[in-house]
Amino acid sequence: MKPAPFHLETPQSLEECVALLAEHGDEAKILAGGQSLVPLMNLRLAQPSVLLDIGGLKALNFVEENEQSFRIGAITRLRDLERDANFAKSQPLLAEALPHIGHTQIRNRTTVGGSIAHADPAAELPAVLLACGGTVKAVGPNGERKISADNFFHSYFSTDLEEDEAIAEIELPRWKPACGWSIQEISRRHGDFALIGIACCVTCDDEGVVTDANAAFFGVGEAPHLVESASSLVGTKADDETLHQVAEATAAELDPPTDIHVSAEYRKHVGGVLARRALSIAYQRATGNIT
Amino acid sequence: MTYTSSIGIRVNGEVVEREVEDRLTLADFLRNELRLTGTHLGCEQGSCGACTVLVDGSAIRSCLTFASQLNGAEVTTVEGLASEEDLHPLQSAFLRNDALQCGFCTPGFLLTAAEILSETNDLDEGTIREAISGNICRCTGYQGIIDAIVEVARSGSER
Ligand SMILES: Cc1cc2nc3c(=O)[nH]c(=O)nc-3n(C[C@H](O)[C@H](O)[C@H](O)COP(=O)(O)OP(=O)(O)OC[C@H]3O[C@@H](n4cnc5c(N)ncnc54)[C@H](O)[C@@H]3O)c2cc1C
Ligand code: FES
Ligand code: FES
Repeated sequence: MKPAPFHLETPQSLEECVALLAEHGDEAKILAGGQSLVPLMNLRLAQPSVLLDIGGLKALNFVEENEQSFRIGAITRLRDLERDANFAKSQPLLAEALPHIGHTQIRNRTTVGGSIAHADPAAELPAVLLACGGTVKAVGPNGERKISADNFFHSYFSTDLEEDEAIAEIELPRWKPACGWSIQEISRRHGDFALIGIACCVTCDDEGVVTDANAAFFGVGEAPHLVESASSLVGTKADDETLHQVAEATAAELDPPTDIHVSAEYRKHVGGVLARRALSIAYQRATGNIT
Repeated sequence: MTYTSSIGIRVNGEVVEREVEDRLTLADFLRNELRLTGTHLGCEQGSCGACTVLVDGSAIRSCLTFASQLNGAEVTTVEGLASEEDLHPLQSAFLRNDALQCGFCTPGFLLTAAEILSETNDLDEGTIREAISGNICRCTGYQGIIDAIVEVARSGSER
């Protein structure tokens, strides 16, 4: 058998799950979609002795929009979001990210909370959460707390979550009609993790002048990274000259690693190209020139 | 220490009740306990798609799901596609289109295709290419597989 022996528990609530995490310490791991954890267990890179299967917790499987915010429960499966025709209208950036994540069979199982908690630096959803200015709601033995995306992702596969905390839901701002979006990435084959990618939102006023621009890169280092260069779009109409400058500033700002796939220079260069491409598309969407 | 769970699931329509070790993957359960060896294991880390089966109608990696998680589920493997008399329309189309050579990847492709065809017959080649992107074939070069799925989608004969 591939994985080391473990005991499977099925807590009936997230509170029970958190109590079990506190009881077992680092021996226990939450099992959500299993699409990252189980490969690690099959390779015996992870050998938890207790698995807490939260996949059946219906209370964590929801999409809810109200006046202030848009919330997605931790065990909501990516494929269910893809199938929901309204979702793409409510959260177009996250919706556009979904087909980039693995394959249909992977998305049938992958959960929103699992992808955020796993915090792969090349993963799409953490960057989307960062670009949108979202938050993570975590539950621990002392109750709930909210962590903004820019404080949540610390380093490779490491987050602000304590050992005995679990993600209950993520929250995104409601999408504004004047906000355009784009996600662009380069990967070896469709569905592979990105070598480098960008998720961005651009907001305009009635005159087509940019009032806000956020761009988060993934696959550029230890965690998703919000670039400062995007802010020089503010006050402009994203003309070619400005976009060109932003691309150069982005390439200069990124400090990505060299790995077995590509060099740091490649990532910096492509980062600039993707920034220009993504911000231009987002701007055109914000001004209603393309949808 | 061995931990076990008792599960009751339906596999290809038949009720199966077993005591399984918690760490037993669905793939190993199907192959070693039920002797349904049509489900193949390539990578056991989610990359190749050979182990794809349907669980409650959704195509999933059986190497990344534990049997102990599936109490109450309905599982379909490649053995469950054909009826006593006839091959499943996808199987016939795979034969006609030379969509297999060694056959190692074929069960995974068939079940992946079965899932997408259960949702819609309105499939163009691009959509099919994307839908099978999670399955690797080292023999055919994919075109026969795509042609076979297009043929079934056009004939609408799957459902
Ligand atoms: C072939 C393949 C291709 C892939 N391609 C991509 C890709 O292109 N982009 C991408 O982003 N991902 C990709 N993935 C990863 C996939 O999206 C993962 O499933 C996802 O990162 C983790 O989600 P999960 O629900 O499967 O979590 P699990 O694997 O169950 O858990 C992952 C980790 O998060 C923890 N965890 C899970 N839920 C919670 C929670 N609610 N609170 C606290 N901790 C929790 C677990 O304990 C574990 O440590 C791919 C996976 C495969 C197998
Ligand atoms: S054996 Fe399961 S995906 Fe390769
Ligand atoms: S037919 Fe041999 S791997 Fe696909």
